[in-house]
Amino acid sequence: MNGVDLVLRALHHGEQHLAKELTTVAERHRTDHEVHHVATDLAHWSREHAQRLADTGQDRGPHLGNPPTDHSPGLLSAMREKAAQALGHRPEPALLLLRDLRDLHLAAAQNSLYWEMLAQAAQATRDDDLLALVSACHPQTLRQMRWTNTMIKNLSPQVLSSL
Amino acid sequence: MDASVDRIARPWGSRTPYGRHEPWPTRVDTFLEEGVDQRAVQRWVQAASILHSDGDAMDIAVMDGRMVGVRGRALDRVNHGRLGPKDLFGWQANASADRLTRPLVRRDGRLVECDWDTAMERITGRSRELLDERGPGSIGFYTTGQLYLEEYYTLAVLARAGIGTNHLDGNTRLCTSTAAEALKESFGCDGQPGSYDDIDHADVIALFGHNIAETQPVQWMRILDRLEGADPPRLVCVDPRPTQVARRAAVHLAPRVGTNVALLNALLHEIIRTDRVDHHYIEAHTVGFDELASRVKDCTPDWAAGICDVPAARIGEAAEILGTADRLLSTVLQGVYQSHQATAAAVQINNLHLIRGMLGRPGAGILQMNGQPTAQNTRECGANGDLPGFRNWQNDSHVADLAKVWNVEPETIPHYAPPTHAMQMFRYAEQGSIRMLWISGTNPAVSLPELSRIRSILSQERLFVVVQDLFLTETAQLADVVLPAATWGEKTGTFTNADRTVHLSDKAVDPPGEARPDLDIFLDYAARMDFRDKDGGPLITWRDPQSAFEAWKRCSAGRPCDYTGLTYDRLRGGTGIQWPCNAEAPDGTGRLYTDGIDRAHPDVCESYGKDLVTGATQEVVEYRSLNPDGKAMIKAAGYLPPHEAPDDEYPFQLTTGRTLYHFHTRTKTGRAPQLNAAAPDVWVEAAGSDAAGLGLKEGDLVEVTTPRGAVRGRLRVTDIRPGLLFVPFHYGYWDTKAGHAPDGDTPARAANETTVTDWDPVSKQPLFKTAAAALRRVEHADGNTAPAPTTTASAPNRTDAVPATTGGPSALAAQSADAGRDHRKEGTA
Ligand code: SF4
Repeated sequence: MNGVDLVLRALHHGEQHLAKELTTVAERHRTDHEVHHVATDLAHWSREHAQRLADTGQDRGPHLGNPPTDHSPGLLSAMREKAAQALGHRPEPALLLLRDLRDLHLAAAQNSLYWEMLAQAAQATRDDDLLALVSACHPQTLRQMRWTNTMIKNLSPQVLSSL
Repeated sequence: MDASVDRIARPWGSRTPYGRHEPWPTRVDTFLEEGVDQRAVQRWVQAASILHSDGDAMDIAVMDGRMVGVRGRALDRVNHGRLGPKDLFGWQANASADRLTRPLVRRDGRLVECDWDTAMERITGRSRELLDERGPGSIGFYTTGQLYLEEYYTLAVLARAGIGTNHLDGNTRLCTSTAAEALKESFGCDGQPGSYDDIDHADVIALFGHNIAETQPVQWMRILDRLEGADPPRLVCVDPRPTQVARRAAVHLAPRVGTNVALLNALLHEIIRTDRVDHHYIEAHTVGFDELASRVKDCTPDWAAGICDVPAARIGEAAEILGTADRLLSTVLQGVYQSHQATAAAVQINNLHLIRGMLGRPGAGILQMNGQPTAQNTRECGANGDLPGFRNWQNDSHVADLAKVWNVEPETIPHYAPPTHAMQMFRYAEQGSIRMLWISGTNPAVSLPELSRIRSILSQERLFVVVQDLFLTETAQLADVVLPAATWGEKTGTFTNADRTVHLSDKAVDPPGEARPDLDIFLDYAARMDFRDKDGGPLITWRDPQSAFEAWKRCSAGRPCDYTGLTYDRLRGGTGIQWPCNAEAPDGTGRLYTDGIDRAHPDVCESYGKDLVTGATQEVVEYRSLNPDGKAMIKAAGYLPPHEAPDDEYPFQLTTGRTLYHFHTRTKTGRAPQLNAAAPDVWVEAAGSDAAGLGLKEGDLVEVTTPRGAVRGRLRVTDIRPGLLFVPFHYGYWDTKAGHAPDGDTPARAANETTVTDWDPVSKQPLFKTAAAALRRVEHADGNTAPAPTTTASAPNRTDAVPATTGGPSALAAQSADAGRDHRKEGTA
């Protein structure tokens, strides 16, 4: 297994993780409607990235394992939603939301750095397929980061000054 | 032309056909109270309509200190004398017996009358407490799209620099925020590029989600007149309902709701594939074309047909018409703005014009419409989630400039984040960080999505709610203090319609009882709060409409919406005038972007743009690198499936909307007898095939259920697209036994009991057009029919099924083509 494969594996894991986190955050903050809906949309991007990485991995040898296909909300997520609704009238979830957005941002940033590594390696080895993959996916990772950053920027003044 | 017409039965009156490039003939519409003769009218007072965004200019007839009728202003560039049914009949609501005449305060749980001092002291007392204990972020202002410019501007100054809060928005958020955002995304700045006069010159008019026949009836008259004249335009209509526009269209596309971006991408695909693009224009004036071309490369009509459920061939035909137009006028409204991916879709319509070079010439224009009459003013004045004068909150020199105008320190004006949008303000109130909400001229307990949630927010103990309105609306019933406001015809001020035309509306009569103009209320509050500028002088220095207008002119000077060439005197007597109006353009400006794009430069632009999917704000660095020369920005967007899709439990899609005879929560139109009789109650529309499938018939009492709630109404079977239900919004509870909410005796009738809390992440405009719903019968028709008009999109699919909507003698309005009146100035086009 060469270095590129190592990064592919780590990134595949990172994208799966981010997809899951985005979905979890969407459920946990169902009453913060914009977060709920956009996070759900953005989870699709990460799932798609993970799938494409898995496909690439397949072509190249290492088996990354397919991303989970069942996205139907289970019992756990139903409970999270209920909790979100019950807490909808309280200020604490706002603080929790900031923390969750920060975690999402860091997870996306980590993925972004891996994409960067892959891009550099692809250029060095003139691996056009890999480069195409990176240029299709990395911009979306950056957009995930900009979104979390924007949300944190917009929400922090109110949340942190009103406690 | 008939001398008088039943304007409920024939809402658009008689035709005055005209040919392409000819001026639209005058037709003066008049409606006077029964028994009043034209010659007996003592005074005609100049005004313009605030019942939709047309800005129809009219005169109010006054006798013995009361309004007795209205007449269209022949001289005016907007309506050439015509009035719509709402203009003709709506004024009668002003004199309703149930107008609020004294302030109310809540005592022991009940609203009781009091004097102004008591009410204002209650408000200022609470404001001071909150400022001391919790800071400016605990106070929010939610205003309307129906006040005047002077009032919004005053509110913006007192909220942003007086209180220092970032929480100020208008209900224009529900109507027009996508229009503003789409213009900012494409052109770097708000402001309607086109003009209503473009209707006279276009050979193709494309209406995207815009039922203009019902929302801007006077401009529909203009289109109808062109359709009957020489060289008529071809219409392209995108609407899932069989609107009057759809009936007259050369091509009607009725897509599945929530799929506008897919449809538009397919249209762009075809136009680019057939190379019907203006390469010279693209090169000279735009950035981003290559990305668009690659984004829509695979968006074939076949691909879109699967998503939108419209025939691919029909998409091809539409693309052919749009692609071969010589002068293309596009108009856009709620079918795009209140739907999934709102801004992304609206921007694709801008793209269509940019790649075809269809801008800045007579007939080649875009009307990103407004729903509300004075929506444009909330945008200009910064009462809608922007800074006044289209200043960019991310640009420190813009903020510094504004601080200079107000003589305050720049830090006084919150600009660390974008101004808070309405939906987020309600969220903050729900969580308890906003503790006071001052609601002026709007009725969120009927107009916002998911009403049970809104009611629960407004009725919280810890939230202090101030409502300023004409009537004890559903929202006012939940308030802690209610302030009786004067309205149109009872106060003076200016406002701007959807095509930038500024009108003056003068006071004709006194308001009832102790009701006061909104401007006076805001000035009173500012004085009592003793807001100061940085030198210790009063922050607000004006005391009446005219001095407020002069103050606004100073704020607008040098900005894109420059008013410096306008005065009350210039606006009196003649026609409305389109901004910018200044030394360089003393007669106003018919069309923006006649010589290319000139407001998108990084130093000038109102916004650095947002991500069309996530809504993330771009920073100046990115903007500069993408668009260093300030050209128009072609922004591509991929299609995303809507957030709520039909399933077994909720097999239908549900859309909501306004109809011809009613306006914003019916506070006025529900009190105008002719308008109320034409559409007295809520109804539900379904397609013939769907009704048959469920064994439902015209007039059955049905229930529409979504995961949020249910509404009941009688069924109207129409030619709406199968799988889709329509419920008119803005029926509420003030005219029912229950008062402000459904209860045991009053079934839910407000469409927004059912709509989803979701908004476009870019424009923050709530979605009222994409919910999944179930339909069931509650009761057989038993001879009843749906209370839906037959003259509009709700016309039954079987004409024998329902008696025709008529207004009878009380709805007769005079119309005359008096050529002697036709001395209006030609438009600046
Ligand atoms: S009907 Fe309501 S949502 Fe539509 S434009 Fe008017 S005020 Fe806005």
